[in-house]
Amino acid sequence: MAITGIEIFKLLPKTNCGECGVPTCLAFAMSLAAGKAELAKCPYLSEEARNKLEEASTPPIRMVTIGKGENAKKIGGETVMFRHEKRFENAPAIALLISDDMTETAIDGRIERFSNLVYERVGQTLRGEIIALKCQSGDASKYKALINKVMQKCKASIMLISENPDMLAAGLSVCSDMRPLIHAVTKENCEKIIALAKECSCPVAVKGESIDDIIELTTRLEQSGVKDIVIDTGASSIQKVLQDQVAIRRAALNQKMRSLGYPTIVLVNEMTDDPLKEAMIAATFVAKYAGIIVLSDFSGETLFPLLVLRMNLFSDPQRPLATDEDIYEIGCPDESSPVLVTCNFSLTYFIVSGEIESSRVSGYLLIKDTEGLSVMTAWAAGKFGADTIASFVKKCGIADKVKHRKLIIPGYIAIESGALEDELPDWEIVVGPREGAHIPAYLKTWKA
Amino acid sequence: MFFKTPEIQYNGSIREITLGSVENSITVGGESAFPFHTFDAPMPHLPVIAMEVYDVKPEDWAEAAIEPFKDVINDPAKWAKKCIDEYKAEMICLQLSGTDPNGLDRSADEAAETVKKVADAVNVPLIIWGTANHEKDTAVLNRVCQVCKGKNLIVGPLEEGDYKNIAPTAIECGHSIIASSPIDINLAKQLNILLGNLGVPDDKILIDPTVSSIGYGIEYAYSVIERIRIAALTQNDKKLQFPIICNIAAETWKTKEAKTPTAENPALGDAKKRAILLEAMSAMTLATAGADILIMRHPEAIKLVREMIADLASNQL
Ligand code: B12
Ligand code: SF4
Repeated sequence: MAITGIEIFKLLPKTNCGECGVPTCLAFAMSLAAGKAELAKCPYLSEEARNKLEEASTPPIRMVTIGKGENAKKIGGETVMFRHEKRFENAPAIALLISDDMTETAIDGRIERFSNLVYERVGQTLRGEIIALKCQSGDASKYKALINKVMQKCKASIMLISENPDMLAAGLSVCSDMRPLIHAVTKENCEKIIALAKECSCPVAVKGESIDDIIELTTRLEQSGVKDIVIDTGASSIQKVLQDQVAIRRAALNQKMRSLGYPTIVLVNEMTDDPLKEAMIAATFVAKYAGIIVLSDFSGETLFPLLVLRMNLFSDPQRPLATDEDIYEIGCPDESSPVLVTCNFSLTYFIVSGEIESSRVSGYLLIKDTEGLSVMTAWAAGKFGADTIASFVKKCGIADKVKHRKLIIPGYIAIESGALEDELPDWEIVVGPREGAHIPAYLKTWKA
Repeated sequence: MFFKTPEIQYNGSIREITLGSVENSITVGGESAFPFHTFDAPMPHLPVIAMEVYDVKPEDWAEAAIEPFKDVINDPAKWAKKCIDEYKAEMICLQLSGTDPNGLDRSADEAAETVKKVADAVNVPLIIWGTANHEKDTAVLNRVCQVCKGKNLIVGPLEEGDYKNIAPTAIECGHSIIASSPIDINLAKQLNILLGNLGVPDDKILIDPTVSSIGYGIEYAYSVIERIRIAALTQNDKKLQFPIICNIAAETWKTKEAKTPTAENPALGDAKKRAILLEAMSAMTLATAGADILIMRHPEAIKLVREMIADLASNQL
């Protein structure tokens, strides 16, 4: 919240009734300012105070939800120009374009790739979220058939692309309760499409030739009560798109321009015919401020790097991804399987467990909570030394699971082995390899 | 009302540094705005690509990485020539992986001899990259600097643990140096100050912030580069106003995903294209943050990055 606790306090009833869960209005104001409480918890707020506080707490770039239920994808809600200043909030949605004049085979192929190219990594599911359906045929029944097909076959949010109000109306008639994104409102069609968007309360994209056009359109939409807006500046050169993205983010954040405070969409599919280049452009706008990125097709070799990069840049710089402290069984370990210990940085866990798996030797992997720091970082920060590892090994219960007493530690903390043997007199401390990649060869020769 | 891109206040600029010998020089740096923000200010020198060459035939490289260099992979000088003649490398980076004490442990003299051969064969600025083993790099890089006196090489990585023993020779022999620190703006600045105290001139320093690839912590590298650039350009932090060099190829190609064959995991798509894209996208992401020199490997990855750079700066070409 960009407003201080004291400023909030001034707007509260000051009766200290305690119904919000904390004893005083002041305490509640402080929790609100720190983002630890919700406005709705105080039942006695005046209408005026509520509006003011809501206004103050809305991020400079509105958060917009596309789709519903388990397919809902949030975009926008951003508060910074650079991720280290706080973090990037909502990763851009990756959309796959299907147009109604494609052959059935082409359509089916895209639907299949959209559904199958899903990846698990460090505990997260990575996938495309939106199918963008373009009405190219000008034939309402053809368009509706495509939408129906996609709704039946895919778990996806939907975006409808057309500038013809009749086609959009036809499309909405079959999918409006899925909360699709309507693309796009232009200067020419704006009356009719605003009416459509209001009627089905769906988010809409505005498209202009310039940012001036955009400001005019978003202002109009706001006046008619449509707030869930996405901006398409219509730029087609990579250079111009970058300028627009930066300009919009700056205007919203630094100049508090409400009329540009919306997430953006970049139609990368229209910028090149080369799939690899398409992925490169998409990657650039993952970093530089797109809210939705539309691709012409998906393939493993282009989508996987893009999705992983997106996850990386949208991770919280203040809080590395961490895995829970625990004993992880890899394969089907028994009482004579090797025991390895490492930190709880997700990337480390991910690499080490993967290497143990590929060794085809079952084992126990002990994950010690190091607040998400890697082996050496945690060691340097005093969170992965002999004392902390020893107390974890004692309390985690691994001694009941294995008969031997050999503990493999990462090669990079070899220096701790002596102290560990002192702290864990029952155990033999074995220094493993330094690189994760050398674990399989190492485990293959391991004996209890 | 006419909308204008909101301006931000820049207060400093990156030093322009000329690398290489008089006949074959290249200038990097000089930016006075964020990368590719050509609407704020022109970008006087676009990021350049240094192509990798190895002093020994690489072991366990992915098939796709070997393929373009099959015919020259045993001869670093020919390899370098091929990069320049065929792939138009703007710089060459000779990786001295053969000197690694955990590997072949080649001697300083042997390394210097290889460097000399490559240096005589190329007509572009030459980067010499050690193994980041302080003792070994001290021996190797000192010898290299002496043998190639006057060639204006770019040598690195110089780290907190060995800069004192390498920088004096490098400067005396007329080379530039790469100041390397582990993903931390304060450590980067600190090392530059120490190098300055040691008498290293400001126009001889490149920053290596330490980088990692997509899926292996690229976000740390991305943010530290952005922070260094912001401090240099908006806070006029003189000790961070150096061009940035990123040794990204090796980081990318050593990852599991760059090596997994197509058949092993079909969801990851075509192995060759995937690896190329992992390299190109990693490099491009670092360029978007502020890299001036990208050390790269695969010709097709390089082509993709070059095209993106040209497109992003199309209004000034
Ligand atoms: C990214 C990074 C950071 C990030 C943190 C990332 C994180 N989540 O941990 C940030 C920027 C926050 C950071 C901070 C610090 N860092 Co730091 N950091 C790094 C860096 C560049 C990469 C670490 C990383 O992510 N590695 C990837 C993971 C996957 O590696 P890993 O956990 O070691 O796992 C591998 C192996 O150990 C092995 N393995 C893992 N587990 C096991 C288990 C077994 C049984 C076996 C056999 C093998 C094995 O397999 C894995 C794959 O190979 C390293 C330098 C480097 N290149 O390594 C420095 C480094 C670790 N950091 C260092 C230091 C000193 C620090 C700081 C104390 C100071 C500073 N630089 O600011 C702080 C401490 C933070 C704190 N809270 O106090 C030093 C540690 C030096 C040392 N040995 O004492 C390093 C080595 C840099 C250096 N050369 O000086 N750091
Ligand atoms: S519920 Fe409202 S009025 Fe009561 S203490 Fe909390 S903030 Fe004050």
